[in-house]
Amino acid sequence: MESIWKFISLSDPNIISVVIGSVLITASSAVVGTFSFLKKKALVGDAVAHAVLPGICLAFILSGNKNPIYIIIGAFITGWLSLIIIDIITKKSKLKEDTAIALVLSVSFAIGILMLTAIQHSGNASQSGLQSFLFGKAAALIGRDLIMFSVVAVILLLMVVLFFKELKLIAFDESFANTIGLPVKALNLLLTSLIVMAVVTGIQAVGVVLMAAILITPAAAARFWTDDLVKMIILAAIIGAFSGWAGSLVSYVAPRMPTGPWIVMVVSIIALISFFIAPKKGIISKQLELAKLRASILEENLLKELYRMGEKDMNTSNAYTLDLLTMQRHFPIKYLKPALRRLLKKSLVFKEGNKWSLSEQGHQKGKRIVKLHRLWELYLSTYLKIAPDHVHEDAETIEHIITPELESRLEKLLDFPKKDPHDRKIPY
Amino acid sequence: MDDIYIILVASLFSISCGLLGSFLILRRMAMVGDAISHAVLPGIVIAFLISGSRDSFEMIIGAALLGLITSFLIEFFHKKANLQTDAAIGVTFTWLFALGIILISVFAGQVDLDQECVLYGEIAYVPLDLWITDAGLNMGPKALYVSAFILAAVIIFLSFGYRYLHITTFDSAFAASIGISIGLWHYLLMGMVSMTTVAAFDSVGAILVVALFVVPAATSYLLTRKLKSMLLMTVLLSFLNSFLGYYLASTINGSISGAIASTSGVFFLLAFLFSPIDGIWIKAIKRNFDKSKNTSKTKFNKIFKE
Repeated sequence: MESIWKFISLSDPNIISVVIGSVLITASSAVVGTFSFLKKKALVGDAVAHAVLPGICLAFILSGNKNPIYIIIGAFITGWLSLIIIDIITKKSKLKEDTAIALVLSVSFAIGILMLTAIQHSGNASQSGLQSFLFGKAAALIGRDLIMFSVVAVILLLMVVLFFKELKLIAFDESFANTIGLPVKALNLLLTSLIVMAVVTGIQAVGVVLMAAILITPAAAARFWTDDLVKMIILAAIIGAFSGWAGSLVSYVAPRMPTGPWIVMVVSIIALISFFIAPKKGIISKQLELAKLRASILEENLLKELYRMGEKDMNTSNAYTLDLLTMQRHFPIKYLKPALRRLLKKSLVFKEGNKWSLSEQGHQKGKRIVKLHRLWELYLSTYLKIAPDHVHEDAETIEHIITPELESRLEKLLDFPKKDPHDRKIPY
Repeated sequence: MDDIYIILVASLFSISCGLLGSFLILRRMAMVGDAISHAVLPGIVIAFLISGSRDSFEMIIGAALLGLITSFLIEFFHKKANLQTDAAIGVTFTWLFALGIILISVFAGQVDLDQECVLYGEIAYVPLDLWITDAGLNMGPKALYVSAFILAAVIIFLSFGYRYLHITTFDSAFAASIGISIGLWHYLLMGMVSMTTVAAFDSVGAILVVALFVVPAATSYLLTRKLKSMLLMTVLLSFLNSFLGYYLASTINGSISGAIASTSGVFFLLAFLFSPIDGIWIKAIKRNFDKSKNTSKTKFNKIFKE
C-alpha cells in the first residue's frame, strides 16, 4: 500500500524517469499508431519492430560500442528497409501482403538473432546491454533515455500536428489526395518514418514482440468510442499514456513483474472492454440493437398476418387461435409468445380466451405493413419490370424499413393504385 | 553424432512447418500463423505448471487449445466487432503473449522457461536431452522422437485432408456448395499449426518458427504453379536450409535456428530474383522483349495499315 502511494506521489526520482519515459513513449506511439491503424497497416509496425534488431547489431559490430546514436541510426535504417522490402515483394511478386510481412519479419529477426548470438559468443564485454532491445527495459529507464524519448516524442507530435490535414487525407482516401495534387508518396514516406521512429524508441521500453501492441491497440480501442479523428487521436494518446503509467505502477509495486508486458496487458484490457461495452460500435450494444430489430420485425409480421387473415374473412377484427396463426405463416413458438405478450402490453392486440384479435391501433399498423408490402411489389413490377412472382421476397424485407416520407412518395409515384400485381386490394 | 541429431531434428521440424505453411500462405493466413505462434505461450506456461515438464501430452493439448482460441478470437473481433483483420490479429496475439510473459514471471521458480528461449529457442541443447529407457538404454535425443511424431501427424493429416484442404483453399464457395465444412478444416489446420508450433518451440522459439512456416513455402510458391510440386519443393528447401544453416551457425558461432531462418531468407531472395516463372529478373527481360516486339508491331501497323 505504501509503495503504491510512493509511486503515485512520485516521491522517488527513479520513479519519475520511469513514469515519464513510459508515458511519453506509449502516448506518442499511440498517436502515430492511429494513422497506421486507419491505413489498415496495423501489422507493419510489428515487422518494423522485428527488423530493427539486425540494424542494432550491425551498428554495434561496426562501431564496437553501444553509443545510442549509432544504435538508433542502425535500427532506423533496417526498420525502414524492411518496409520497403515488404512493399517490393507485394508489388513485384504474386505473394500477398501478409506473407510478405511474415517473411520479412521472421527473416530479419533471424538475421538479428544470428548476429546477436555471434556477438555474445565473441566475448566482447560491452555487448551486455543489447538484450534490452529484445525485451525492453522500461523499469530501468534513466535520465539519458528520457532526454532521447522526449526529443522523439516531441518530433512525432510536431510532425503529426504540422501535417495533420495531409496525413488525415492519405489515411482515409489516398486516391483523392492524389487527385488534388498532394505528394502522396512523400507523405507516405513521412508516415513510414514516423512509425519507424516510434518503433525504434518504443522497443527499448516494451521489447520487440509487444511493440505492435502499443502502436495499434490504443487506436483500436479509441476507434470504438468516436468517429472523429481528432478525438480518436487524443483518446488513443490518453489510453496509451494511462497504460504506460499503470504498467510502471505494477512493476514498481511488485518488482518481479516485467513492465512492458504489464503495459500491454493494461492497454489490451482497455481495448477488450471497449470492444464489448462501447456504445453503438461495441459488441453488446450491436447485439442488443440486432435483437431489438428482430423483435420489432416479428411484431410487425404478427400484426400483418392477423390483418391478412381478417382480410380473407372480410372482418379484420376477427379473433384467431395460435394454431391458425402458425398455419398462416411459420413463427418459431419460442419467440411467438413473448412477441404477442409485448403486443398485448402496447394494446395492439386483444386476447379473448385462447384467441387473438387486433385492436383499432393494431389494425392500423397491420394495414400499413400490408399496404407497404403491396405498394413495393407493384413498384418493382411496374418500374423495374421484375416478374410478379419474384417480388415477394424483396417486399418482405423492405416493408419494415420504409419511412413515412418514402411511403408518401411511393403512393404519389404510383398514383394511389387499387390493386397489387397479384390482384389483391391495396388498403389505405 | 551431435551434428546429425541437430540437423535431423531441425529438418523434421522445418518440413512439418513448411508443409502446413504452404497452406497458410495460400489461404492468406501467414500472419494468423504468426499470431498463433506467439499466442500459444500462455498455454505452454499453464500446461507446464500442470504437468511439470516440457515434453508432455498436456503441453500439446494446452497449446492446441490456445491456438484455436486465438484464431477464434481473431475471427470473433473481426466479425462481431467489425474490427479490421490486421488489427484483430495484432491486438489478440500481443495480449496473449504479454499474458504468457507475465505468467512466466509470476511462476518464475516453477517454470523452466526464460524469455530468450521463448523468442529464439536453443536447438543446440537437443543432443543433451536424451531419452533413456527404464532399463538404462540410451535411445537418443527426445526431440528426435517428438519431431518425428509431429511430422508423421502432419503427413497423416495432409494425406487424409489433402483434397478437402485443396478445395477449401482454392474455391471455398464451391467447397461450401458441395457440403464441405470450411470452418472445420480451418480449425483443423489451425490446430495442427499450434501443435507443431509448440513441439518446435523449445528448439526454435516463437518468432523463428514463423520463418519455418512461411519462408520455404513462399520460396517454392514462386518456383511452381502446382500445389503438389510446391509441397515437394518446400520439403526439399526445408532440409537444405537446416543443413546449410547448421554449418553457417557453427562457422560464425551464432544461434543455429537464427542461421537456418537466415539461410531460408537467402533462398527466398534467389527465387524472388531468378525464379524461371516469377522472378523479377526474368519478368524484366520478358517485358523488354515484349516491348521491342510491340513497338515494331505498332510501327508496322502505322506504316502499312493506316
